[in-house]
Amino acid sequence: MTDMVGGNMFEMRKEFFRDERDDNLNEVGKPTRRQDIPGHVTGRSPFFDDHLFDGLLHMRCVRSPHHHARLRRIDTAEAEKMPGVVRILQGRDVPRNLNTLLSLLDFGIDDEPLLSDTKVAYKGEPVAAVIAQTEAQARAAVQKVRVEWDPLPHVLDVEEAIKPGAPVVLDIYPNNKFVYHGKYDHQKLRFGDVEAAFRGADHIVEGRYQMSPIEQAPIETCGAIAAPEQNDRYVCYTSTQGLFFSLGTASKVLTMPSSRLHFIGGTVGGGFGGKVDSIHEPLAILGAMLTGRAVKYAWDREEEMQVGAPRGAERWYLKDGVMRDGRIVARKFTGYFDSGAYTRLSSYAIIKGVGHLPGPYTIPNVYADVYCVYTNRTPATAMRGFGITAVDFAIETHMDKVADVVGMNPIDLRILNAYRDGDMKAHRRIAKNCALIECAQVVAQKAGVTLSPALAAAASTRDGGGARAALPAFTATDEGGRVSGFKSTNYAKKGGRQPDMPGVPAYQSPRTAPPTPNPSPQGGGEPTPPPATPVRTGAMRFSSLSGFRRR
Amino acid sequence: MALHTGRGFAAINYPIGMNLGGDPSQALVHANPDGKFTVALSAIDLGQGMKSVTRQIAAETLGVPVEDVYVDTADSDTGPHDMGSFASRGTHRMGNAVIMAAKEARSVMLDAAAEELEVDPADLVTDGRGNIHVKGAPSRSITTMAAAQAAQFKQGRTIAGRGIFLIPLSEVDPDTGEMTPVSTFAHAAMLVTVEVDDETGEVTVTDMQSAYEVGRALNPRLVEQQLRGGAWMGMSHAAWETTEPYYPARDHGPVDFNSYIMPGPGDLAPHHISVLERPAADGPYGGKGPGEMCANPVLPAVVNAVFDAVGVRIDELPVTPEKVLRALQAQGGAKPRRRL
Amino acid sequence: MKTPVTLTLNGAERAAFADPGQNLLEFLRRGVGDLSPKYGCGQGTCGACTVRMNGQTVLSCLVLAEMAQGATIETAAGLATPAMHPLQTAFMDHFAAQCGYCTPGMLVSAKALLDRNATPTRDEVIEAISGNLCRCTGYEPIIAAILSVAQGRIRA
Repeated sequence: MTDMVGGNMFEMRKEFFRDERDDNLNEVGKPTRRQDIPGHVTGRSPFFDDHLFDGLLHMRCVRSPHHHARLRRIDTAEAEKMPGVVRILQGRDVPRNLNTLLSLLDFGIDDEPLLSDTKVAYKGEPVAAVIAQTEAQARAAVQKVRVEWDPLPHVLDVEEAIKPGAPVVLDIYPNNKFVYHGKYDHQKLRFGDVEAAFRGADHIVEGRYQMSPIEQAPIETCGAIAAPEQNDRYVCYTSTQGLFFSLGTASKVLTMPSSRLHFIGGTVGGGFGGKVDSIHEPLAILGAMLTGRAVKYAWDREEEMQVGAPRGAERWYLKDGVMRDGRIVARKFTGYFDSGAYTRLSSYAIIKGVGHLPGPYTIPNVYADVYCVYTNRTPATAMRGFGITAVDFAIETHMDKVADVVGMNPIDLRILNAYRDGDMKAHRRIAKNCALIECAQVVAQKAGVTLSPALAAAASTRDGGGARAALPAFTATDEGGRVSGFKSTNYAKKGGRQPDMPGVPAYQSPRTAPPTPNPSPQGGGEPTPPPATPVRTGAMRFSSLSGFRRR
Repeated sequence: MALHTGRGFAAINYPIGMNLGGDPSQALVHANPDGKFTVALSAIDLGQGMKSVTRQIAAETLGVPVEDVYVDTADSDTGPHDMGSFASRGTHRMGNAVIMAAKEARSVMLDAAAEELEVDPADLVTDGRGNIHVKGAPSRSITTMAAAQAAQFKQGRTIAGRGIFLIPLSEVDPDTGEMTPVSTFAHAAMLVTVEVDDETGEVTVTDMQSAYEVGRALNPRLVEQQLRGGAWMGMSHAAWETTEPYYPARDHGPVDFNSYIMPGPGDLAPHHISVLERPAADGPYGGKGPGEMCANPVLPAVVNAVFDAVGVRIDELPVTPEKVLRALQAQGGAKPRRRL
Repeated sequence: MKTPVTLTLNGAERAAFADPGQNLLEFLRRGVGDLSPKYGCGQGTCGACTVRMNGQTVLSCLVLAEMAQGATIETAAGLATPAMHPLQTAFMDHFAAQCGYCTPGMLVSAKALLDRNATPTRDEVIEAISGNLCRCTGYEPIIAAILSVAQGRIRA
């Protein structure tokens, strides 16, 4: 089936893997009109802001102009008298003003306030929220909030941030690096012995690759409208990409049982990963709680661009050992994720990235050290390809370098090294359901690139496994980057009990016990002692990857 | 003063779903007395077509026309839990949950029809057009509407189903990184042609040839939407957009779309797409998720094409005229490679 | 002090009170209740708020509500009569919308083009929609949809 859209070809190549499919289905496989498109073309699709409320209030935040500063004093006296101002929220109004997104999955230490009250660690960090009758009035009142700052030294480069003596962005972790498993300041991948393989390689190819932050830039900005609902509940219309994720975050931060929260969404004007951070819902609901009215909190475009969390910058160093026939025998990675000022989802991205290395290739020796680094910039979050896009950019640009060094057709090089069904992968699992070779062959054919005959005839289903399925005889391991003073939780052991299928709850409602008091100020004083029992009971998720600090 | 043409290639795979698993999705399916079905989800449609693909999956599994199925999402009061729409997990996780729920609803529907027709439910098939009949004997038939009415008002059955899909959470070895990241991967290859102006440093993408392997194209037009839109975003990542043009310095950060630049409709390159399908063993009808991997191969393909055209390798994205000109200067001018 | 504003919206007389400094976008959405034009930037750079005012496409986020007193306004919500306009059908058939957020503004720009030029070239279509940003589709299906109406065909 071939089609053209304005000179752009689209075809289904059904002949590949035909024997693995039944193509005689009734509804699946049909080009059925989208269920929601009549709403889109009539303007009736209900985005979060497409709901009318009587007396809707508008929230705008007071934000740090500094990359890094201590907050000495906030004076809202003049702002409170401005026309239309109903209430000004500060950190002390937030019932539980410290959170990390993945605490819902028991991963990581609470590190980020909803409204900061002692220190700010990035330009744009919110320290107060003005609620007024109109957006214009809220903006005007924001200008009248007086904040006294003590600027602190800041650091913006990932490799500078991890040096001893660098400004401390996040004091929970040592040297601005997230701690994994309570054991290391990075995540390791060790498969075989790259140093030995480098010594035997015909060529060494090195590269440094950098992606700078990217905005998700959906046409709809992030936002939520919250309002008191009947029966002592709050309704929240939201642009979130994770309805229960945001509900759970709001429930925790506001110490409100989830049964009192009614979240409505599902129709979103583009997300691309930027609508997961669950910042707007808790603030809007808090505003509704404290004013008794409907409150809208949404970013304007400037905030969406510079305050909204972008795809985090990544820096990758690659080193390949290559034989003259093009086989890559060793690949070494050092990766730095720029998490910005807080953790959010970056800690998870590193693990996802490590699980992706060395790319869709069978390479017998692989080594990686990947760091989640804190800097004084807007915190990063997910974006389309989270944990993968930047390292794939590095890998595929590097492959082109390798092709150039060995003098090989770049497509031939991919097919030669491509993984095949049955091959052992660097994270010690067998490859299956592979199709890289076929994709490369189709493109070569369409683009008129002549492949070497053996590689033009290769297939993902052939020539894999056998000796290629073996684990390496020897893997070089090390304890580099060891940290002390962090305790990992009991899920860390290999061979630990897996939850039974199905229905293991991955989401738990927060305990109804009184909340812990607000933690001591950041940047000085004692850190929060860890709770004696975990905040969340039940299945512990990702606990092997987080650590709790003990003195 | 010349325009140089170059071609660059990249090939990738993409993990489907949250890394390490542990990201469940649930679905509820129920019929009204007329035999029209509602699928209650908490999944989010960001434009990727979640409401549409789950509708087709439900209709296929139930054996009814897609017009008789409506997907309702997202309301936390009425929809069961779902982790969210990210990590290319939606089709895979939610699709499987919908299949499980629809299978249960279908089996009740067939039980109801079997009771009315006085046959064994195992002898019944659906024709996908609103009828249930005995296999091989299409005249011994009942409409799904009549079966639903009988179920509700006569038999006391609820034509409804519940579904959940969860890949159990797995762990990571701190010392070796051993882990089970995901159960299936999608694949892509891309060849990009560019034109580089060695006087201005501007890079223009003039053609894209791609192949994407998506498990199964549950709706080929939805897949095409993602692949076209995603490749456009990849082109934008490669040579246009960033919030920090002088990273790691934060200077000159764009605050509006005048300075946060993306390709407009006048900057498009023709993109010729081929779709392959190697079903995932645990995918809904074999489906994987094309939503994220569509952009990824474009970034390195553009960089590699620039190298092919003028011999400079821009290792820091985005590729900008400034970076290209500085590199050309350092190299002493354009040195076309033309390897592809 | 609020200002009364009366205008004609999609053929019907409507009136509401505008807050001081309120733009036409917010006035239409919250004052009158037409939610079809959308907020994308408030800076006049994305086109999601595009409406027609006295026959011209304008960025309603940059128009003061008071300036619309007595004006004739057309939005995407007025396209269907209630039968779908050929442009709406073409957008549906060509899968020219994903998230749908840019679509109302895009349709207004497309209709304005076809009203003044029934047989645009591809380049003329591109120019007409260049002020309407889309982050999802990559524009190609939108161009194809508009051209198909111009060329008298509705189906892809």
